[in-house]
Amino acid sequence: MTGNFFSTMWANIVTIFNIIITSSFLYSVLRLTTPILLATMSALVSDRAGVTNISIEGAMLFAALIGVIGSAYTQSCWLGLLCAILAGMFFSLLLSFFHLKLKTNLVLTCIALNSFSSGLTIFILYMLTGDRGTSTALPSVDMPKVSIPLIRDIPFVGEILSGQNVLTYMTVLVVIAVAILLYKTKLGIYIRAVGESPQAVETAGISANRIRFYALLISGAIAGMGGAFMSMAYISGFTKDMVSGRGFIALAAEAMGHGQPLASTLAALLFGFTDSLANNLQVLGLSNDLARMVPYIITIVALALYTWRSAKPKKVTGSL
Amino acid sequence: MSKTEHEKKTGGIFEFLFTRHRTATLNAITMVIAIAIALALALILIFAVSSDPGNAIWQFLVAPLASKRAIGNILTTATTISFTGVAVCIMFQASMFNMAAESANFLGALTGAIVAASLKLPPVISIILPLVAGAAVGAIVGSIPGILRAKVNANEMVSSLMLNYVVLYFGLYILKSFFLDKGAGQVATKKLPAASRLANIIKGTGVHSGVLIVVVVIVLIYIFLYKTRAGFGIRIYGQNPSFARYTGVNVDNVILYSQMLGGAIAGLGGSVEIMGMYQRFQWTALPGYGWDGIIVAILARNKPQFVPLAALFIGFLRTGANYMNTYADVPKELITVIQAIMMILVTATALTGRLKQRLAVKEALGNDR
Amino acid sequence: MSALLELKGICKVYENGVYANRGVNFTVEEGEIHALVGENGAGKSTLMKIIYGLEQPSEGQIFINGKSVSFSSPQDAMAMSIGMVHQHFMLVDSLSVMENVTLGQEPAKLGFIDRAAAKAKVVEIMKLFDLNVDPDMRVGDLNVGLKQKVEIIKALYRGAKILILDEPTAVLTPQETTELFTKLKQLRNNGYTVIFISHKLREVMELCDRVSVLRKGEMVNTVNVKDVTQQQISAMMVGVNYSDKLDKAKANPGEVRLRMKNVACLNRFGKRVVDGVSLAVRAGEILGVAGVEGNGQHELVEMIFGLRKCAEGTIEIFGKKSTGMNVRDLRKTGVAYIPADRMTTGLATTMSIEDNIIATHLENKSLLNGGLMSSRKIHSFSEQRVREFQVKCDSTQTEVNMLSGGNMQKVVAAREFNDSVKLFVVEQPSRGIDVGAAKFLHEKLVDMRDAGCAILLVSADLDELLKLSDSVVVMYEGKISAYFPDASQVDENEIGQYMLGVKHQSDEQIGGVCHE
Repeated sequence: MTGNFFSTMWANIVTIFNIIITSSFLYSVLRLTTPILLATMSALVSDRAGVTNISIEGAMLFAALIGVIGSAYTQSCWLGLLCAILAGMFFSLLLSFFHLKLKTNLVLTCIALNSFSSGLTIFILYMLTGDRGTSTALPSVDMPKVSIPLIRDIPFVGEILSGQNVLTYMTVLVVIAVAILLYKTKLGIYIRAVGESPQAVETAGISANRIRFYALLISGAIAGMGGAFMSMAYISGFTKDMVSGRGFIALAAEAMGHGQPLASTLAALLFGFTDSLANNLQVLGLSNDLARMVPYIITIVALALYTWRSAKPKKVTGSL
Repeated sequence: MSKTEHEKKTGGIFEFLFTRHRTATLNAITMVIAIAIALALALILIFAVSSDPGNAIWQFLVAPLASKRAIGNILTTATTISFTGVAVCIMFQASMFNMAAESANFLGALTGAIVAASLKLPPVISIILPLVAGAAVGAIVGSIPGILRAKVNANEMVSSLMLNYVVLYFGLYILKSFFLDKGAGQVATKKLPAASRLANIIKGTGVHSGVLIVVVVIVLIYIFLYKTRAGFGIRIYGQNPSFARYTGVNVDNVILYSQMLGGAIAGLGGSVEIMGMYQRFQWTALPGYGWDGIIVAILARNKPQFVPLAALFIGFLRTGANYMNTYADVPKELITVIQAIMMILVTATALTGRLKQRLAVKEALGNDR
Repeated sequence: MSALLELKGICKVYENGVYANRGVNFTVEEGEIHALVGENGAGKSTLMKIIYGLEQPSEGQIFINGKSVSFSSPQDAMAMSIGMVHQHFMLVDSLSVMENVTLGQEPAKLGFIDRAAAKAKVVEIMKLFDLNVDPDMRVGDLNVGLKQKVEIIKALYRGAKILILDEPTAVLTPQETTELFTKLKQLRNNGYTVIFISHKLREVMELCDRVSVLRKGEMVNTVNVKDVTQQQISAMMVGVNYSDKLDKAKANPGEVRLRMKNVACLNRFGKRVVDGVSLAVRAGEILGVAGVEGNGQHELVEMIFGLRKCAEGTIEIFGKKSTGMNVRDLRKTGVAYIPADRMTTGLATTMSIEDNIIATHLENKSLLNGGLMSSRKIHSFSEQRVREFQVKCDSTQTEVNMLSGGNMQKVVAAREFNDSVKLFVVEQPSRGIDVGAAKFLHEKLVDMRDAGCAILLVSADLDELLKLSDSVVVMYEGKISAYFPDASQVDENEIGQYMLGVKHQSDEQIGGVCHE
């Protein structure tokens, strides 16, 4: 009897292994990592400025809807992308106004903004289409996939790297841009300084809040791209609550990456991998619900393991 | 002589409000401003969106109070979100931004329904056992982010938000695999036996004995937080963890039991909701009572004694939004938007910042003359 | 000819009600070192923040060379050649010296920093003023004296002609202080102006040309240093002639209450911050621990009180092993602790005075009524304590953050001083509080000692330490470097050498503190 159990286990492991090493699986890892990575970069810029931005989830959701609406009315996916980026930045504007200007509590404001986004997107969708769940009534245009000459002809690797959505390739540029911003530019140094020692920045004559504002705007723009990916590349169109926690997973990835662009990218890749794995687990006969649990469980476990190993004394004042 | 006497009389109220109790008064003013702005925004949105704003506003603000059934709706909503509100109060007083009240509520409801529907229980036990089971399961759910925080210092907000998804799918899995009522035509448990349903206490409305339960819970939690050593420990830890450690509070214990207690009450609230309002458990998504609990706790400033007031207010808004959704042409998501604005503005100390500054200057310079 | 800098009728009231400056008139001439003295809480820091543009006055005017100016931010002040070296350094630890010095004024092309140009400019300034620090070093790795140098370079880089230094010697050893004073005199001789904020009158007499005295937010007087004595300045500062001496009978030590043997602990980088310390404190004596802050004193105290793991060695309290005991049990056996940072550890500033006072007294059944906290009993307890410790407040329900520093410390004392305390650990008791409150605390500590309590006193303020203690040990780099059985015989310069690690006693001499 136990022989039966072990042989089924082994068969399952072999099946999974066979799935993982296919090019289509690895292709989907890159695809699924994209929104998480964008959200992670968004969290990173904001966090380095000392603002732990929990409202990225809401920003992405809002941008996903606005992007779809924009592309439907202009029939251009690029204008739609622009709308999504602006929507993300608008969200940051709200956060800056409330937290930096009116001095509201950051954590509560972000929670409220996520809730706000959830309700507002459905509200707007209903007003425009009469539908509460999806935007299928809107003729939105998706972002195109790109087939890269030469690379696409490489066996195996070519199938993974070529043919991704243009936004996925742009994400790589975003990561590089964020690294250059933080370490080579004036604004980047100010962002890092503000996150670590706001008084040093103030006494040097720079407004700490102005720097935080710029960091939040950049964070919002990147989140807007992430939202655009969800509704214009990942699937076609907006669905209620479609971001499904990626904005929060990004916080875990950014924490695990210590706020460093490269390390955070690796963490985001890990979560993209588990997301892709979860999609494939149904092949093993795992129930739909159990499979959907997997990415979130992995996030909790990864976060716990990471903080246990780094055992940093937590700051005892303030939120997060 | 008469001038100072006159000053004393009018000064009396002013002095009481703005000198001795300045913080509380300014907080109250902030809350009034916040609510006023949020409601004004609501009215603007209604006018922008509705083809018959008059009707919409009537449904939103008047209809909830216009009939016995409507007031009953307010009461039942308020009951449920009072449970989650108190739960969040406890968690937030410990300065733990644990969002798991939502999934504790969900899983507690499911557990209560399963226990009631699957076991043949004698009377009285048929009420108590499902409630206790719901509370116990809620305690486990709520404690997970707490344990992770206490043991490995993992951020409880991220872990609890993830946990909400995990518990939802896990609950649905358990429901569909083991406790599905095949003949029901929807994803739901079997019907709850009559002995497990909470009695209706006001005829003509849905108001059930859960109201009494929640009142008892609020009183007990108030006493716990303000009159016991353990509760004091939670409050000290929430205000300053360093100070808590230094005065001898067992910080690991505080984190754990504050989150367990919060989770238990949220789970209890879930059971109460199912046993009072439904014939069977049929939620296929997170119902959102945890989020309502957060806004109730924020309006109540994390104080259990103010939770009923806040819950009634939110219950009023929710009922109005539902009526507006059904009988007018404004979608009920409006209320989510309004609640979010209120939540943000209530903590906007800057709204009264300038007033605070002017009061301080006035007092200081005034004392000089 | 008008003065370089003039303040007229400056008033400043803070949002939380604190009235920091009342109608202050302050004049500074070019090319002088001008001291601004006053007790803690007199309003010196506020006045300087106004000059530097960090705060705006509620009333009053500022004039530079006769022209009226107003500063809405430090940038405006810097444009007027005013530079400030803060008491708590305004540096970013993860950035290099060069990046900190040029912060906000980096030479850049299109937003991209020109590192070579920045470094060249910084090195130039360093050479010009003979203030040398390696520009590429990470500021977080520098010691306190070097960090201060970086702050000065930072101000000079921005073209400061008026340098404000806020309590600069608080963190320096005697030798580093001498070096700083030489530098400041050099700057003055080259036409620069220095405003020197301090409450250490001996330094003011040594360094400064003129002195202005603030008391309770008001400017009392401005005089030439050579025309007055320390006592006269002191009298102006407090308005009362406080005798500097403490009425202290000779100690009569009893049994050993605290014994530490070869105690060591590590910080999170694995460095031994306490490296094999052995000492003993007896009933009825005050043992002082001297040393520049950061040599392990704080960690030592944390280990005694159970707030930090003791990696090696043993600690015995009242004859029983105490390592591993939790804070609550330690307090129950009669240990109390006044911590160095009262605002982050010693108090919950958002809670009421009453809550802060009773926080450690809930074991006390007399505050309970049937197992639950009794409001009535708690009120009368806290009110009695507030009276006894002269805490100035409107009611015990007031939030602690509305109190002045001195009163906050009195709340801590009101909680920690109890008849049942047999071992009292006290850290920096008079830091940041006014002379009156400090004297009150010192007298209470001596009373405790006379009643038989064992007291371990850690203080970076040598005056306070030598005045209060019966015997003294010096800590340097985690070890005890000296033991002086009689504090009244200690010479300040000599003890300074032990504090700096220049001298180190033999093991036998140090062993005397163990009272085996």
